[in-house]
Amino acid sequence: MTPRRKRLLAVIAIVSGVAAATVLAMLAFQDNLLYFYNPTQVLAGEAPSGRTFRIGGLVTQGSLQRTAGTLKVRFVVTDFKESIPVNYEGLLPDLFREGQGVIAHGRLTDAGEFVADEVLAKHDENYMPPEVADSLHPQPPAGTPE
Amino acid sequence: MIPEIGHFALVLSLLLAVSQAVFSLAGAARGHAGWMAAGRSAVVGQFVFVALAFGALIWAFVERDFSVAYVATNSNSQLPLFYRVAATWGGHEGSLLLWAFSLAGWSIAVTGASSSLDAPFRSRVIGILGLISIGFLLFMLTTSNPFDRLVPAALDGNDLNPLLQDFALAVHPPILYLGYVGFAVAFAFACATLLEGRLDAAWARWTRPWTLAAWLFLTVGIALGSWWAYYELGWGGWWFWDPVENASFMPWLAGTALIHSLAVTEKRGLFKSWTLLLAVTAFSLSLLGTFLVRSGVLISVHAFATDPARGIFILGFLTAVIGGALVLYAWRAPRLKSAAGFEATSRESFLLFNNALLVAALGLILLGTLYPLFMDALELGKVSVGPPYFEIVFLVPMLPLLALMGVGMHAAWKRGLLAAARNRLLTIAGVAIAAAVIAGAAVYGDVRPLTTIGFALALWVMGTSLAIPLARLRARQAIPGAVLGMVIAHFGIGLSTLGITGVQSFKIEQDVALAVGDAANVGGYDFRLTSLKDVQGPNFIAVEGEVVVSRNGEPVATLHPQKRLYNSGGNPMTEAGIEVGAARDLFAALGDDLGQGRWSLRLQYKPLIRYIWLGALLIALGGGIAALDRRYRRSALASAAATAAVAAAGSR
Repeated sequence: MTPRRKRLLAVIAIVSGVAAATVLAMLAFQDNLLYFYNPTQVLAGEAPSGRTFRIGGLVTQGSLQRTAGTLKVRFVVTDFKESIPVNYEGLLPDLFREGQGVIAHGRLTDAGEFVADEVLAKHDENYMPPEVADSLHPQPPAGTPE
Repeated sequence: MIPEIGHFALVLSLLLAVSQAVFSLAGAARGHAGWMAAGRSAVVGQFVFVALAFGALIWAFVERDFSVAYVATNSNSQLPLFYRVAATWGGHEGSLLLWAFSLAGWSIAVTGASSSLDAPFRSRVIGILGLISIGFLLFMLTTSNPFDRLVPAALDGNDLNPLLQDFALAVHPPILYLGYVGFAVAFAFACATLLEGRLDAAWARWTRPWTLAAWLFLTVGIALGSWWAYYELGWGGWWFWDPVENASFMPWLAGTALIHSLAVTEKRGLFKSWTLLLAVTAFSLSLLGTFLVRSGVLISVHAFATDPARGIFILGFLTAVIGGALVLYAWRAPRLKSAAGFEATSRESFLLFNNALLVAALGLILLGTLYPLFMDALELGKVSVGPPYFEIVFLVPMLPLLALMGVGMHAAWKRGLLAAARNRLLTIAGVAIAAAVIAGAAVYGDVRPLTTIGFALALWVMGTSLAIPLARLRARQAIPGAVLGMVIAHFGIGLSTLGITGVQSFKIEQDVALAVGDAANVGGYDFRLTSLKDVQGPNFIAVEGEVVVSRNGEPVATLHPQKRLYNSGGNPMTEAGIEVGAARDLFAALGDDLGQGRWSLRLQYKPLIRYIWLGALLIALGGGIAALDRRYRRSALASAAATAAVAAAGSR
C-alpha cells in the first residue's frame, strides 16, 4: 500500500468514526435532554404535554400534606407569581423543606397537576438550585433565602 | 500569627516557583549548568514552603482558629480531630492548597528520580512543572487565599458539611488530587519533548511509570468517591453521571488511553505524536475537572459570572495551559515521524482500537457534561442531560472495547495473532458465553440479552487475563511485573463489569412505609422494622432504626439505619444501614416520620455490587505492579551508569 492510499484510508476511518459518534450522540440526546420550566411557564402552556420535564421553584410554606401512614405527599411549588401542586409517592430528600428550593421530575396531568417520579433538593443550606434561583419572579417576600 | 506565617510561606513558594521556571527553562535553552542547578534547588525550596503553608492551615483547623475565615466556614468547635484535619481540604481554598502541595510533591519526586536524564531535558520538565505551579499559587494568592482573616473573629465555625464527615470522603480528595496532579508530570514530559523536538523509546519508558502512578491514584480516588456516594447519600446508587463525577472520570479515560498508547510508543516507536497529544489532554482534563468542581460554574454559569476575578483567572489559566501546549504541539509535532508498519491483528492495532474507543467515550461524556453549560451561557434554555444519555454513549464504545481487550492481550507485537492463541481464545469465548447464559438462568432466573452480554464479556475478560500467566507458568517462563500488572488490571476490569452487570440488571429498590413490627419483602428478603430509638453521637443526635432481615424465616442480618441531626444545625442527614455480602448487599435507609407511628424506609437488594469497587482496586493494584517493573528501574540504573562513565571519561 502506498503511503498516500494509507493516509486516505486513515482519513476515511477517522471521518466515519467521528460520524458514528455524532449519530450516537444525537440519538442519545433525543430522549434524554431534560428541559426545565417554572410554574409561570407551565401555566402559560410552554411545557410539553405527554413528555417528562423538570419543574422547579420554592415549596410554599404550609403546603406539604401527607396522607398519614403512607408515602404519598402533596406540596405546592411556586415562583411567587404562579403555583402548581405536585404529587409524589416516595422518600423526600434530606434537603427538602418548606420555603426552600426544589426540583421535581415528572409530567403534567390534564387537571394541571404535576405528578413527580423524582424529587431533588440538590443544594446546600446557603443557596438554592440555580435554575430555581433564576426562575423566581422578583420581590420575594421577606425571610426567603436569596 | 501562624496563619500569617502560612500566608508568607505561600508568597515565598510563588517566588521560588518563578525562579524554578525561569532558571530551569533559561538554563536548558542556554546550556547553563549553574542555572539548571538553581532551578532544581528552587523545587526543594518550593516544596518546603508549600508544606509549611499546608501545615499552618492544618494547625489553624486543629487549634480551632475561627479568626481565619476559611476555618470558620469549614469547621466547628465540636468537630472531632480527624475531621478537623480533613476539613483543611473541605472547601475551595484548602483544596487549591492541597493541589499545590501535591504538585510540589510530584515535582520534588521527579527532580529526585531524574538525575539519569539528559540535563537540559530534565530542566525543561522541571521548568514546565514550575510554570503550572506559578499559575496555581497566583490563583490562590490573588483570589482564594485560605489564610484570610475574619474581622471580627467568629465565636464558632459553621461546621464542615456533614456529608463530608466520613472516612472515605476525608481521604478521597488527597488521593484524587495525587492522580489529577500526577498527570502534570506526563504533561511536562510531553511539553519538554516538544520543545526539544525529538522523541525516543527512552522517553516513553521514562514517562510510563509516572503516568501509571498518577493513574492508579486517580482510580482509587474515583472508586472511593463512588463507594462513599453509595453508603452516604442515602440513595444506594454507586454512580450518578453527575458533572462532578464526570469531571474525575474524563481524565481517567484519557489517562487510560495514554498508558496504552505509551506502551506502543515505547515498544514499537509508533503513535508518537498521538501519545504526546493524549498526555496534554489528560492533564488539561484534570485542570478542567478541578475548576469545574471548584469554580462554582456547575452550580450556575451566573454564579461564576458574579465572581469575575476567579472566573477570568480560571479561563485565562486554562487557555494558557491548554492553548500553549496545543500551539507547541502544532509547531513541533510534525517533526516526530513514526516509521514502521504493523499487521491488522497485531497488538498495535488492538491498542489503536482501544484508544479510539476510549477517546470516543471521553468525547461523548465531555459533550454531555458541558452541553448544559453552553446552553445556559447562550441563554438557550435550561436543560440537563439525563443519566440515560451517559449510559448509552458509554456502553456503546465499551462493549467492543471489552471484546477486543481479550484478543489484544494475546496478540503479538507487529506479527498478529498466533494459531495457538487463537484456539485458546475460542475455548475461553465459548465457556464465557455458556457460563453467562447458565448464570443468568440458574442464579437469577432470567436470561436478558444485555445482561447476558455483560456477564459474557466480564467472564471473557477475566478468562483471557488469567490465561496469560497460566500459559507462561506452563511454559516455565518468567512473568515480568509489567505483564503481571496488565493481567491484574484487566482482570479487575472484568470483575467490575461483572459487578456493574449484576447490580444494574437485578437490583431491587423499594420505598415503603413501616410501623415498628411491620415487615416488607424485597428480593426474597423480609425486612422487619423492630425498633426505633434516639442515640447520641459526638456532634449529632439521631433516630436509629433496627431492621432485622430474614430469608425463609432464617435471620440474615440486622441493619441500623440512622437519621442524624447535627448540633451545628441544618438539614437532617441519612446514614444507611448496610449488610455487606459476597453475593449481595442489603441496604436500608431511614426516611421521615409519616405519622400514625409509621416511618418511610428505602430498602434495597444490590447483587454483586462489591465487585465494582473490588475490581477498581485490582485495576489500581495492577497499575502499581506495572509501574514497579524492574525494566524501568534497570534502564534508570543503566543510563545513570552510562552518564557516570561519560562524566568520568570527560574529567579524565
